[in-house]
Amino acid sequence: MAPILSVRDLEKTYDDGFKALKSMSLDIEEGEVFALLGPNGAGKTTLISTICGLVRPTSGSITVAGHDAITEFRAARRLIGLVPQEMPTAPFEIVGDTVALSRGLFGLAPDGELIERLLKDLTLWEKRNNPIMALSGGMKRRLLVAKALSHEPKILFLDEPTAGVDVELRHDMWRIVDELKQRGVTIILTTHYIEEAEEMADRVGVINKGELVLVDQKDELMRKLGRKLLKLHLTEPLSAVPESLSKHNLTLENEGASLTYVYDSQAERTGITTLLTELSAAGVGFHDLQTDQSSLEDIFVDLVKKG
Amino acid sequence: MNFEAMKSIYVSEMARTRRTVFQSVISPVISTVLYFVVFGAAIGSRISEINGVSYGAFIVPGLIMLSLMTQSLSNASFGIYFPRFTGTIFEVLSAPVSFLEITIAYVGAAATKSIIVGLIILITASFFVPLEIQHPVWMVTFFVLTAVTFALFGFIIGIWADNFEKLQFVPLLIVTPLAFLGGTFYSITMLPEFWQKVTLINPVVYLISGFRWSFYGQADVNLWYSLLATLIFLGGSLAIVHWIFRTGYRLKP
Ligand SMILES: Nc1ncnc2c1ncn2[C@@H]1O[C@H](COP(=O)(O)OP(=O)(O)O)[C@@H](O)[C@H]1O
Ligand SMILES: [Mg+2]
Repeated sequence: MAPILSVRDLEKTYDDGFKALKSMSLDIEEGEVFALLGPNGAGKTTLISTICGLVRPTSGSITVAGHDAITEFRAARRLIGLVPQEMPTAPFEIVGDTVALSRGLFGLAPDGELIERLLKDLTLWEKRNNPIMALSGGMKRRLLVAKALSHEPKILFLDEPTAGVDVELRHDMWRIVDELKQRGVTIILTTHYIEEAEEMADRVGVINKGELVLVDQKDELMRKLGRKLLKLHLTEPLSAVPESLSKHNLTLENEGASLTYVYDSQAERTGITTLLTELSAAGVGFHDLQTDQSSLEDIFVDLVKKG
Repeated sequence: MNFEAMKSIYVSEMARTRRTVFQSVISPVISTVLYFVVFGAAIGSRISEINGVSYGAFIVPGLIMLSLMTQSLSNASFGIYFPRFTGTIFEVLSAPVSFLEITIAYVGAAATKSIIVGLIILITASFFVPLEIQHPVWMVTFFVLTAVTFALFGFIIGIWADNFEKLQFVPLLIVTPLAFLGGTFYSITMLPEFWQKVTLINPVVYLISGFRWSFYGQADVNLWYSLLATLIFLGGSLAIVHWIFRTGYRLKP
């Protein structure tokens, strides 16, 4: 199946000469949830803004369901909804009116039923006659989601949907994303929170300094790059790692009660067998062991450090 | 053309006017009408007629022009500046709407508002001073052209400005003085010859003169020059708007 969004060799140099995107290429499949993960200033917002037509690309191409984002901007943009990172709202506008306005901007006739459903889904129906300034921060964010969905887009961009929100709203967001995914909407979200990517995404792209460092299935990513930990609970506490074992990547923890071994699960030889043999040779006994996989967070920190 | 989008922008802009009816309609009407009360009814009778037109009536076209210009400017500049300021402009810029459609909707709404204000002033004036409109077609032409031209000009200012002071600067410190010095309260033929010549570099002279001619058949400058001046101004504004959209100036980095 052809990707619903295709970015080819996209570059963006801002007027001040700053290169925010360096030859970026990315394909998004229909119906997937894609998380763009990257530190502040990595270029996440620039990438989204360029796709949505808010920033002019310096070179490269963007196609949305086969429509060029510049020459066929109408067809391309009709398919896209955007919830920006900042929460820009017109304070005096009425909640219901502002959602109707958003739909109108996409050239669609008013649809009271759809707007009612959206506002109810996002628990804003009670507030429909209030001015936006009467909404709390969380409600404003949900309102922006309602506005972005008012023209029933096939692709939804969520730029840091949970930055600075409380736990409840964050779970709300996750639920919304899940429901949209069930309905077949393609979702591209950016986040600093690894937890969030782990929770919601099918695929993860790591972006740093304007480059996509890596794109992979989330599970694959974790498996590939996951370093594993082997933890041995010792029968007798040690004061130091025995001399004969120093070539292994070992650390003592819990006041010498446990020994942790870090290994690469992808390596041909994990070194576990050798380690265990040498442990018994050195007379170190253990009564229990467990392994632990590093989270997306560890992977991410690793990648960014390398970049 | 995305008519639905233009309608949406236009309707939401007009809704903003309704929410702020006092400052956007009533207050400009009152401040202009005060001139008729003072110069028309109170002291106008002590000032001699100008070319057979009572002083109170003489100043009406100039005052309507003044409020058309300043209202179009401030409506349009605020109309586009505010969404830039709050950031809500992103929605318009990422919608399937062309720049031409965006301009027509915002400028159309701003011009509509100032035309409403101008009409209310015209009707109110007719209660205080004896008005006559000798050339109604010309009157409407100048009326609408001026409203649209200055709305376009205001649209440009609203995109250029990066703070509220700059927004106020042009209507208060350029257009209002030019209108006062450009024959709102007198015929420039009343000035010494040297100052008459100097005054001719003031573009507002041409607008007021043409508009006043459509009322009383008397002009300070040739009618066609008035029309030409208006069209040059309109053309210049269109060219700048075109450039803004081609380069993304202050809208799309
Ligand atoms: N309009 C602009 N002009 C110049 N530089 C910009 C502009 N917008 C963003 N940048 C720069 O581009 C880089 C990427 O920014 P952004 O895309 O917002 O990153 P992210 O969303 O990943 O935090 C940053 O260094 C930022 O300072
Ligand atoms: Mg960002």
